[in-house]
Amino acid sequence: MAECHPVGFQWVMEAKARGATVIHVDPRFTRTSALADLHVPLRAGTDIAFLGGIINHVLQNEKYFHDYVVAYTNAATIVGEDFRDTEDLAGVFSGLDREDKSYDFETWHYEGGMVQAASGERDQVGSERVKESDGAGSDGARSDQARSDQARSDGDGSGGRKSRASGVKRAARGEAHGSGGAGISGEFETDETLQHPRTVFQILKRHFARYTPELVAETCGVPEETFLRVCELLEENSTPERTSAFVYSVGWTHHTVGVQYIRTASILQALLGNIGRPGGGILALRGHASIQGSTDIPTLFNILPGYIPMPHAESSPDLTTFVSAEKAEKGYWAELGSYLVSLLKSYWGPAATPDNDFCFDYLPRLTGSHSSFETVMAQLEGECTGFFVLGENPAVGSANAKMQRLAMASLDWLVVRDFSLIESATWWKDGPEIETGELRTEDIGTEVFFLPAAAHTEKDGSFTNTQRLLQWHHQAVEPAGDVRSDLWFLFHLGRRIREKLAGSTDERDRPVLDLTWDYPTKGSTDEPEAEAVLAEINGWDGHGTPLSSYQQLRDDGSTACGCWIYCGTYADGVNQAARRKPGTEQDWVAHEWGWAWPANRRILYNRASAAPDGAPWSERKAYVWWDPDEKKWVGHDVPDFSPTKAPDHVPPKDATGVAALSGTDAFIMQADGKAWLYVPAGLTDGPLPAHYEPQESPVANPVYPEQRNPARQIDSVVHPENRFQPSGDEPGAQVYPYALTTYRIAEHHTAGGMSRWSPYLSELAPAMFCEVSPELARERGLTHGGWAHVVTARNVIEARVMVTDRIPDLRVRGEVLHQVGLPYHWGANGLVTGDAANELTSLVMDPNVHIMETKALACDIRPGRRPRGPDRPALVESYRRRAGITERTGVDDTGATRTGGTA
Amino acid sequence: MGIKTWIESWPVYRQLTDDDPLGRGSAAKSRTSSTLRPRITDADHVTKSICPFCAVGCGQNVYVKEGKVVQIEGDPDSPVSRGRLCPRGSSSLQLTTGDAREYTVRYRRPGGTDWEDLDLDTAMDMIADRVIASRAEGWQWEHEGKRVRRTMGFASLGGATLDNEENYLIKKLFTALGAIQIENQARI
Ligand code: SF4
Repeated sequence: MAECHPVGFQWVMEAKARGATVIHVDPRFTRTSALADLHVPLRAGTDIAFLGGIINHVLQNEKYFHDYVVAYTNAATIVGEDFRDTEDLAGVFSGLDREDKSYDFETWHYEGGMVQAASGERDQVGSERVKESDGAGSDGARSDQARSDQARSDGDGSGGRKSRASGVKRAARGEAHGSGGAGISGEFETDETLQHPRTVFQILKRHFARYTPELVAETCGVPEETFLRVCELLEENSTPERTSAFVYSVGWTHHTVGVQYIRTASILQALLGNIGRPGGGILALRGHASIQGSTDIPTLFNILPGYIPMPHAESSPDLTTFVSAEKAEKGYWAELGSYLVSLLKSYWGPAATPDNDFCFDYLPRLTGSHSSFETVMAQLEGECTGFFVLGENPAVGSANAKMQRLAMASLDWLVVRDFSLIESATWWKDGPEIETGELRTEDIGTEVFFLPAAAHTEKDGSFTNTQRLLQWHHQAVEPAGDVRSDLWFLFHLGRRIREKLAGSTDERDRPVLDLTWDYPTKGSTDEPEAEAVLAEINGWDGHGTPLSSYQQLRDDGSTACGCWIYCGTYADGVNQAARRKPGTEQDWVAHEWGWAWPANRRILYNRASAAPDGAPWSERKAYVWWDPDEKKWVGHDVPDFSPTKAPDHVPPKDATGVAALSGTDAFIMQADGKAWLYVPAGLTDGPLPAHYEPQESPVANPVYPEQRNPARQIDSVVHPENRFQPSGDEPGAQVYPYALTTYRIAEHHTAGGMSRWSPYLSELAPAMFCEVSPELARERGLTHGGWAHVVTARNVIEARVMVTDRIPDLRVRGEVLHQVGLPYHWGANGLVTGDAANELTSLVMDPNVHIMETKALACDIRPGRRPRGPDRPALVESYRRRAGITERTGVDDTGATRTGGTA
Repeated sequence: MGIKTWIESWPVYRQLTDDDPLGRGSAAKSRTSSTLRPRITDADHVTKSICPFCAVGCGQNVYVKEGKVVQIEGDPDSPVSRGRLCPRGSSSLQLTTGDAREYTVRYRRPGGTDWEDLDLDTAMDMIADRVIASRAEGWQWEHEGKRVRRTMGFASLGGATLDNEENYLIKKLFTALGAIQIENQARI
């Protein structure tokens, strides 16, 4: 945090000055470790085992926050009889289809509950039903909902091309839960004594019992006494009087089990009662100025603004079917129809009417994953011929950088908008493949447009920071020359396309011609008014009056709103994101600085900061509480609860939506109002986290016989330039004997586009380097300051050697494990240059959110520079031969045939 | 210079008579540095802004003189950052005004070995044509017998460094054109 979010770290130091204990768990020693009370180095890729060990410790020693757990989590809910855990099935959950690397999650649901298939994979549910009814037959245990899925599904959904077939069934709804859990329905049985063997609580206990301090030591390389110290510190600090916070970043997400990393932390924090309370929570520190905003108002394939799923060809024939399938029956997601219709009204204005389903049919349909990585495959195959790269540098910053460049070399046209000539703009001229002879400039048919982009000082607009806070930046100066904002680019591109298509009678062109696209412009460049766009995002009623809350949204077309969770950011016609009352003139919550979604609320689920009876858990941690005299929720923040719903409120039996939430259902976006310790629906790779090794690991999984996440997304990206290495005790794994991790440093920014051209920053960190321990340096003959080259099955890169204790060796399964650390900021252009770490990484993804695994893999390292010219790919090939790598290496799972683990 | 001024200009004299007995503060100040003025004092105006690097969202004051940015500093009013900027945020002046910025459109034709000039208006027109053509080429009304109404012909990557309003227009325009391969760094 001190490296990547330095100014945010001032608050950690402030807390420390007031007596907080700071623990830093990270494979490398950084500026954060230097200031922490305790640094715990662990093997990259083993955090689930580490956190799972703490969960086990909390459960075994009864250190959980009992009253919180019973009232606010699903600990007491009873799970159906058909569920089988990793303990029963040698490291996998019930429902695994090995060949398809997917789970049928029907056996995971609550007793009496039904998988309302909003949960991510409804299309899979549908297609599975059909496959089974066509083939081997069903097991007769289908729920009504599953049957209705079957009725709606009349194809098996498999892709046209074999290589992407499995991607097609992965319906890609992970981010749809960015604002709440999956839909479930039914009457659930509970046992508040937590004794029933099928309560979530008892299942959790059995599942994590395996994660003992000894196993943690063996898996993570963390000595038992250090691990136990962490458990004790955390438990002592998680009480009614005290709270503990977790802070994470992409070190937790860039894994084939990335979502389950976060799930493990969620379970732990819910057990400790640290969610919804001040000083608690799980804080994602996001890496770019508006990466949170670009998820909320997504430039992501699978969601629409406000985490509304994109419609899917198989399951979304019309608005009504879509809404009834995707909404939750209880909680705020029950109002999905209002959010979606208001969005359609924002997009298509008067053209969107009740008679035409508000233009729902205008939305293009998904047929599986169309993530950035499938797009690379589609470009290589010639299906996708045009590409916009807007303030991003995939030739350096995306996994398997060579594949990214080869994909761009297959295009007809490429538009790059940036400040400087980044690697993604110039690869056709001076990229690594030109040097090796794999590509020849003259033969590359891609037409490239480079358009200079405006900086934040040259345009108005809002960023959403890592705590959901929208902050407006005002234009200071006019952009010079051809420099324009992306707002300008999009607006005028749209305007031109609409002019060119004007008068077309082709049905295909209706959506773009009917689009509301008449933003006011200003100045000599006709820059669109950013505030007018913000006003559309906020929404208005039928009279054009700005809305102030998403509770005003309706599904009858009387309201328009471009992003329901941002509704209120332009309340009263005032740009709330531009509010700047100095922090020193406000209370500590600082509500009058910017605007946080939703409803300017600073801590989500803050109803949980009070006990079930509405009184604060403790005076010290009072945040939001029930005032019995005023009969409403009051406190330091905007209550995340119906303002006048009493703590003892019991909803009528037939209530739906928000009205169905009781006075203690603190987790109002969840379909049962509870924090989920166990996930009955919504995840593609298991209802509970389980430690699997990274796709490529020098270590055989010490926890289960199953080596890798059996549901990882890999089949859709099998390609000669994306070969995988053998792992653990598979033959050939010793060719890549060291663990490898990638990271950032304080002095540079992501793929370098905003830092490698800066003299200040370039001077501070002038060269690509690798960090190795003194023992590894001795073992491989590496000298400090000299050169080394690092090899994986994809590529070889060179870097300056930094011999340092910052990357300590660990003892894993009784042996010394060396790790190699690589910052990933460098590329060939700019003031300071170097090979990109992402040449080494591969495309292999988490199945929930399709994020790639770049934080843990395996490599070899040797002294000296890498070969030049054709010798470079030849060296990589010789490694692949030595390791016996084939097209299927690391792709096919055999299941529990080997005797690893302790199952 | 009068004799008194001359004597008073001696650091050792100031060290003995001023409030700086160790000679490490005001006594050691040279005449040049005492005439130095911060860049921000004669700025025409200050614009409130936000750091464009990471997602902490530190407040920035952008100092403008004669239509040019002359300095960018931390905004002490911000309850997020309390006036601080890290090395990256502190380099914002170089980022926005440094000589690494490109100011003209660059164009590389298919098979071309170098950049060429192209005016912005022509570039925009050509890009609009390319979008229409790729969209048509990759158009699908149906996929596996299901209505999809989409194009696989073009894709977009980027947004995490852009404003919310810009992301909104990207998603709105490209969705209306039928594109689905719209992605950004949040995945990566
Ligand atoms: S100044 Fe540093 S910590 Fe603050 S937003 Fe900018 S990059 Fe992040």
